[in-house]
Amino acid sequence: MNDTSDVVFQTRGLKRFYQMGEVTIQALRGIDLELRAGELVVMLGASGSGKSTLLNIMGGLDSASEGSVHYRDRDLTHASQRTLTEFRRHHVGFVFQFYNLISSLTARENVAIVTDISRDPMPPAEALAMVGLQARLDHFPSQLSGGEQQRVAIARAIAKRPEVLLCDEPTGALDFRTGIRVLEVLEEINRTTGTMLAIITHNEVIGEMADRVIRLRDGQVGDIHVNARRRPPSELRW
Amino acid sequence: MSMPGGGHPVSCAGDTMTIMKVGTLHLKLLRDLFRLKGQALAIAVVIASGVMTLIMSVTTLEALSGSRDRFYASHHYADLFADIKRAPLGLLERLQTLDGVSRLEPRVRAPVRLDVTGFDDPVRGVILSLPDGRQPNLNRLHLLAGSLPEAGRNDQAIVSDAFADAHGLRPGDTIQAIIDGRQTRLLLSGIARSPEIIYQAAPTDLLPDYKRYATLWMNERTLANAYGMKGAFNQLLITLQAGADVDTLIDELDLILARYGGTGTQTRHDQQSHRFLEEELAQQRAQATILPAIFLAVSAFLLNVVMARIIQTQREPLAMLKAFGYRNGELARHYGLLAVLIVLLGWVAGVLLGAWAAHGLAGIYAEYFRFPEMHFHVPPWAMALALGVAGLAALAGTWHAVGRAVREPPAEAMRPPAPQRFRRTWLERSPFGRALGNESRIVLRHLLRHPAKASLSVIGIALSAGLLLMGAYQLSAVEEMLDQQYRQVMRMDIELTFSDVTPARAAGELRHLPGVLVVESWRRVPVTLIHGHREYRTSLLGMDERPRMRQVLDPQGRPQTLPVEGVMLTRFLADHLQAGVGDTLEVAVKEGRRQHLKLPLSALVDEPIGVGAYLQRDTLNALLNEGPAISGAWLLVDSDQQAALNDALHRMPAVASIGMLSEAERGIRDYMDETILMFALVFVALAGSIAFGVTYNNARITFAERARELATLRVLGYTRAEVARILLGEIVLITLLAIPLGWLIGVGFSALLNQAFSNDLFRVPLTLPPYAFGFAAAGVVAASAIVAVLVIRRLGRLDMVTALKAVE
Repeated sequence: MNDTSDVVFQTRGLKRFYQMGEVTIQALRGIDLELRAGELVVMLGASGSGKSTLLNIMGGLDSASEGSVHYRDRDLTHASQRTLTEFRRHHVGFVFQFYNLISSLTARENVAIVTDISRDPMPPAEALAMVGLQARLDHFPSQLSGGEQQRVAIARAIAKRPEVLLCDEPTGALDFRTGIRVLEVLEEINRTTGTMLAIITHNEVIGEMADRVIRLRDGQVGDIHVNARRRPPSELRW
Repeated sequence: MSMPGGGHPVSCAGDTMTIMKVGTLHLKLLRDLFRLKGQALAIAVVIASGVMTLIMSVTTLEALSGSRDRFYASHHYADLFADIKRAPLGLLERLQTLDGVSRLEPRVRAPVRLDVTGFDDPVRGVILSLPDGRQPNLNRLHLLAGSLPEAGRNDQAIVSDAFADAHGLRPGDTIQAIIDGRQTRLLLSGIARSPEIIYQAAPTDLLPDYKRYATLWMNERTLANAYGMKGAFNQLLITLQAGADVDTLIDELDLILARYGGTGTQTRHDQQSHRFLEEELAQQRAQATILPAIFLAVSAFLLNVVMARIIQTQREPLAMLKAFGYRNGELARHYGLLAVLIVLLGWVAGVLLGAWAAHGLAGIYAEYFRFPEMHFHVPPWAMALALGVAGLAALAGTWHAVGRAVREPPAEAMRPPAPQRFRRTWLERSPFGRALGNESRIVLRHLLRHPAKASLSVIGIALSAGLLLMGAYQLSAVEEMLDQQYRQVMRMDIELTFSDVTPARAAGELRHLPGVLVVESWRRVPVTLIHGHREYRTSLLGMDERPRMRQVLDPQGRPQTLPVEGVMLTRFLADHLQAGVGDTLEVAVKEGRRQHLKLPLSALVDEPIGVGAYLQRDTLNALLNEGPAISGAWLLVDSDQQAALNDALHRMPAVASIGMLSEAERGIRDYMDETILMFALVFVALAGSIAFGVTYNNARITFAERARELATLRVLGYTRAEVARILLGEIVLITLLAIPLGWLIGVGFSALLNQAFSNDLFRVPLTLPPYAFGFAAAGVVAASAIVAVLVIRRLGRLDMVTALKAVE
C-alpha cells in the first residue's frame, strides 16, 4: 500500500483563502496528504476545519490559493476550468450532504443526467439497484425519504464507474438507522468495485469503518490514524 | 455480427448515447419550462405583443398595397390624366406618336346631380363615358352585377358599387339625373368598381360620403350629345411605355393640349383616390416601421433582462450540473434552448394574433378602399425578422447570464451566497429614514444594494408605462386633431362650390335664401407652387382679410389676419418646399390664362388637416387680372330651416357641390374610429400585456431570490402579512419609481410617432392631456396590483422548512 504508483491524490502545502463579506477566511493553511487507490478514508473535523474545502479542491470544484494538488500524474493546481470539467466528468463521483437531486427529474433520470455524459456508465437502473432502490426508479425526489434521496445521489455518483468517490457529510441530514444503511452502501461499493472512497464527516464513529482516519484541525492535518481492521457499518453506534 | 442495413455497431452505440444525452437534459428542460410556466407565459406575452404589432402592421400594409397593385395592373389604370375643355378625336393620332406614350383613352367626363327616390339630400356625382357597348382600354371596370350599357342605348348607366350599396340599388332600378340641366331617367344596367375610384370621395371632400356622391358610366354617344362633345373628348387617359421620360412627355402634352383648354397633365399622384390610398399606405408604412420597432425593441430588452434573471435563479442547479462534469457549452445550449422555446411560443402566438388582427383590419379598410378582392398573406420576411429579433434578444440575455454563472467555481455556487455587504444608506440617516420601520429598511437596503438590478426593473416597467402613454396619446391626438379642425378651422355649416367662376355679387343672393345667417365667399384657383427645385400642386384660396368661417391659426391656435401682400402656407407645406417666411415662391396658375406669378411667403399657418396656400381674395383677383370673382361660399345656417335651404340650393344650377360640414365631420370621425383608433386600441392592449408580463416576472424573480429570507422571517414568527409587506414594498417602490420615468419615455415615444405620422393629409398635434399620464400610471399600477395578488398567493404556499434546508 505504500507503493507510490498507487497514489491517487497528492497535495503539497495546499492553502485556500476566502473573502467572505469583509472578512478573509483561511480555510486551508497548508495541507500535505496522499490518498491511495482503493482505500476508504474518513476525514474528520469540526465545522470550519477545512474538510469540505479540501474535498472540493480534490474534486475539481474549487481551486487552491497556494500549494499544489495532483490527481495521479495530473496537476490540478493550475488546471483550466475546461480541464477540471473533464476531470469531474470522467473520474469523480460526488455525494453531498443535502443530496442535491434535481427536483424536476425522477430517480432514474437523476442518474441518467450523469450517465448521459459518461464514457462507460452502468445503466441507471443497475446503479439504483446497487443502492437498493430498484423499486423506486420513477419516483420524484419529493416522493422519496431523505435516506432514499441520498441513495439516489450515491447511485448517481457511482453510475459513471468513477475512480474516486467523494462524500461530503453523506449522513449529515439523516437519522441513525438511515445513515447506517447509506454507509453500508458506500462501504460495499468501495469493497466490491475498488473505488477510492473519501468521506468527510464530523462524526467520530464513522472513522471506525475506514482504512485510515485523517483528522483536520483549523485548516491543517492534525493526525492520521490507520485502523487495524475496518469495522462493518452495521456494528457502528452513535 | 453484422447489422441490418450495414450500420456499424459502434456508430450505432454512439447515436444511442447522443439520443439519450439529449433525452435527460431535455426532459429537465421541459420540466423546467413547466415549472416556470407562469413566468414563461408572461415572457411569451411580451414577445407575442412585439411580434403581433409587426405582423399586424406589415400584413395590413401588404394586403392594401398588394390588392391595389393587382387591381391597377389587371384593369389597366392610367399613368397620366389630362383634363381639356374640348379636343377633337383627330388629335389622338398625333398624340399617339409622342415618345413614351403606350395607350390613349379619350373620354367625356361631366358633373351630374342625381335624385334618388326616398332620399331628400342633394346627391352629386360624375359621369364618365364608355366606348359604346364595351370596356374602355384604360381604367376598365370591374363589374360586380349586371352588364355594360348596351350599344346604342342612351338611357342605361352603370353606377359605382358604394353608392349602390348605400341606397340599396340593383341592376334594373332607375334613378333621376340632371344631365346638362335636363331631368333624365336612367336605368341601371350594372354595378361596378374601378381602379380610379378605389377610394370613392367627391373631389372636394376628404372622406367618402357614399350616400351623397356617385360615379356613373354611360355610353359615349349619349354624353357627347348632351355635352356638345360629338367627335371630341374632354379627358384623356394615358399609359406609359417602359422607361418613358415622364417630365418631357408631360411638357409636350401640355404644350399641345393648351390650345384646347388643357389644365395640365396630371400623374397618378394628383388623382384623389390614388393620392388618398398613397397617404394611407404611407401612414401604414410609418406605423409598420415605428410602432413595431418600438414594441420589438422594448420586448427584446425586457426579454433579455428577464431571461438573464431567470438564469440567475438557476445558479445552484447549474453549479450542480457543472460539478457532474457538464461542459459550459452544453449548459449554455441547455438554457439557450429554454429561451428559444419561450421565444417560439411567443412568436407563434404573435404571428397568429397578428394575422388575425390584420384580417379584421383589412375588413374595415375594405369599407373605404374598394378592391375587387383583398389578398392576404403574412410576409415571410416579417415573420423571420420578428423571430430573429426576439430570438437574438433572448439568447443574448441567456448567454450573458449563463456565461456569468458558469465562470464561478461550482463549489462556490453550490454554497448559499455569502451574506452580502449591506450598509446603512444615506436615506436611512435622513430624518425620513429614521422614521422607517424594519420592514421598510429591508426593502430599501435591498434595492440600494443592487442598484443595477433595481434600475433594470424600474426601466422595464417604465418602458411599458411609456408604451401605455403612447397608446393614450394616439387615442387623444386624433380627437384633438378633429376638434381643432372642426371647432377652430372649419367653422361653416355648408360649403358651396360653384360650377364656374362667378361674380362676387352672387354671394349677396345667397344671403336671401331661407335659413342663411352668414355668407363668406372665396376664390380658389389650382396652382403649382415652386421653390427652388421643389414643387407642390395645390390651390390658392382667396378669402376675406379676416376669415371667420375658415380660420388660419398661429401656433398658439389664435386666428390670424391675411396679409395684404403675399401668401400664407400651411407649415407642413412650407417645410416640404423648404421655404421660410420672406422667401419668394413661384406660382404657376393652372387655369384661365395660366400666369406665372411670384409671391412672397408672408406667414405660416398651423392646421391639422390638409395643406393649403392662403391670401386675400382681392389680392388674388388682382393677380389673376379679373374683377371681383368667387368660386364658392361658406354659409352659417339656421338648422331649423335646413330642409328648405337644401331644396333651394338644389335648384340653383350654378351650384356644383354642397358640402355639409357636420356630415364631413361625422364621416371623418367614423373613419378615424374604425382605422387609426382601432390600431391604437390594439396597441394599448398590447402595451398593457407587456406591462403585466414585465411586472409579473419582476415579482416572481424577486420572490425566488428572496424565498429563503422570507421563509426565515416566517420561522422567526413573522406573520404572512408582515412578510408580504416586505415583498410588496419592493414591488410598490419599483412601480412608483417607474411611473415618472415611464412618462418621460412615453413623451419620447409619442414624439417619434408624431414625427412619423405627419403627412400631407393629417398632422396630429403633440399634445398630451393629463388623463394620458393618468392612464399610463393606472395601467402599471393595475398590473402591479394583479401581480401582488398572485404573489401573495404563492407566499401562502411557501414551505418554511424546505426553503431553509434545500439548496435549490
